[in-house]
Amino acid sequence: MTEPHVRLEIPVEGNNFTAAGEAASRVKKTLQKLGIDSTLIRRVAIATYEAEMNIVIHADAGKIVLQVDADGITVLAEDRGKGIPDLEKAMTAGFSTASDRVRAMGFGAGMGLPNIKKCTDYLAIDTEVNIGTKVVMKFNYPAAT
Amino acid sequence: MELRTHSVVLEAEKCKGCTNCIKQCPTEAIRVRNGKAFILTERCIDCGECIRICENHAKKAVATDLETLAHYDYRVALPAPSLYAQFKVEKPEKIIAALYRFGFDEVYEVAFAAELTTCAIQECVENHPKTNAAGPYPLISSSCPVVTRLVQIRFPSLIPNLLPVDPPYITAAKIFLQERLPRLNIPREKVGLFFITPCPAKITDLNNYGQPLVDGALPINLLFGELNSLLPEQGTVQALPLVHHRSGGIGIGWARAGGESWGVNAENALAVDGIQNVARLLEEIELGKFHDIRYIEALACPQGCVGGALTVENPFVARARIQKLAGRDGAHTLSNEVKMMYADLKRQDAHFFTHDKGIPDQSVLRLDRDLAKAIEKLNQLEAILAKLPEIDCGACGSPTCRSLAEDVVQGNAQMTDCLFILREQLEKLARKLLILAQNRPPAMDWANEKEEENDP
Repeated sequence: MTEPHVRLEIPVEGNNFTAAGEAASRVKKTLQKLGIDSTLIRRVAIATYEAEMNIVIHADAGKIVLQVDADGITVLAEDRGKGIPDLEKAMTAGFSTASDRVRAMGFGAGMGLPNIKKCTDYLAIDTEVNIGTKVVMKFNYPAAT
Repeated sequence: MELRTHSVVLEAEKCKGCTNCIKQCPTEAIRVRNGKAFILTERCIDCGECIRICENHAKKAVATDLETLAHYDYRVALPAPSLYAQFKVEKPEKIIAALYRFGFDEVYEVAFAAELTTCAIQECVENHPKTNAAGPYPLISSSCPVVTRLVQIRFPSLIPNLLPVDPPYITAAKIFLQERLPRLNIPREKVGLFFITPCPAKITDLNNYGQPLVDGALPINLLFGELNSLLPEQGTVQALPLVHHRSGGIGIGWARAGGESWGVNAENALAVDGIQNVARLLEEIELGKFHDIRYIEALACPQGCVGGALTVENPFVARARIQKLAGRDGAHTLSNEVKMMYADLKRQDAHFFTHDKGIPDQSVLRLDRDLAKAIEKLNQLEAILAKLPEIDCGACGSPTCRSLAEDVVQGNAQMTDCLFILREQLEKLARKLLILAQNRPPAMDWANEKEEENDP
């Protein structure tokens, strides 16, 4: 028997800036329903939003999967797309491969992955050029007070 | 949860049980039960959207009635700057004169307090750490009590972003009590201090402030008719009996959306008005957007306080009037009187304009305080939602299918409250009845039935 959990899978469309942010918003609302600590929700929401925007900006299509159980919160951001050729560089603040068009819209400041790292308790990125990227983000609950 | 008093209430006899208000409420605080609207106290933020939308005028604000004025020997008016936008006059002096003619013994402009509040906000924004890493960004003004309540119940993660500066109507009352009252030589209980308000939320906020500040709040629309008839003639120069601290353009400008941030004049500021617009912006701030913006003025009413639910004039007209009135002395600076008084009050009490009261997280979103139970309820909620038509018709008395599903999970509604589900179940039952009806005992005669078929 599996332990009680909530699972939410939301498809994300590449290059659709109108719907961008909706997945992160749904993740946030779900966590609010579950009564998760608001500071933690903020971290999850910011990290999820950045991961979602990475799919919208860089990939063809993808999904955000939220899983919540007694141990913690996991957000998976998985896409089919061009992948990240140099992960180390991508983790550097200010580095971005986003097009001028995307930058003109105010995105692609090169803060996505560094921001995600800052917000998560565990981060694993699995990427393959021209195949896609899988980002696993984990968050622990604050110690009971 | 603490018990809150609210200003927005229902007049049950006027309510027809339509669902207009439940759809308009930004916090889904209204349900229709037993044919009448019903306000959920812990969700209500006193924004007054339901007052605006109700065609039967079944929602109203609980305020002070005019008879109360008679209980006091010395009556002081604290007019919100939005009052000035209600009349066709070229300067606020005439409205102040009308307030005296009405029977007030003194007028103490909230607009003036707004100029002191402007100084306090400037200082807070200035002293806030410059980088996003050091402090929450953007800072959100807490001048609109509806926005503060909205953050508390729907966006609690943004509580640290709220500027701890008291709104002008609070500061105005505090200054009067501290600076002016002792000089009057009249006992406190004989002095009636009345705030003239554009909205119900400010009434609630004053009621819940923790210490009694004013003796009543009079809605603008209650005073409008009489004040309008008491306005001095066109062109007459009116010597004002007693006005302490006249406000300049910046204070008056606070009545309109964008006026506060115009006065504060901070770099990278943003002004937003209208409760749904505010909610959308807060939603995006929670996703970490806009951290490059330093300070946000957020007002729940369309066009700002001039669009308050208790005002009379069209908000767009009123806003234009305020811009005209505020711009009359041209200068975009605060007077030396304001700056000196600000410094003086701060010297006496470093926290005169700010509060350190912790703003509690009053989230109404969580399904249960226990995570395991909340998970169970959320899964139930989704399962129920899957059965609902998701057209958000509101006929069940809950604003959306999702909120009905939540009400069912929480035991406050049942599935058959949904007309679609009810109809579906009736149809199933009818089919069963038909099948049963067609099962004839072998001994039964069919002759009668055949005759019936020929009936029209």
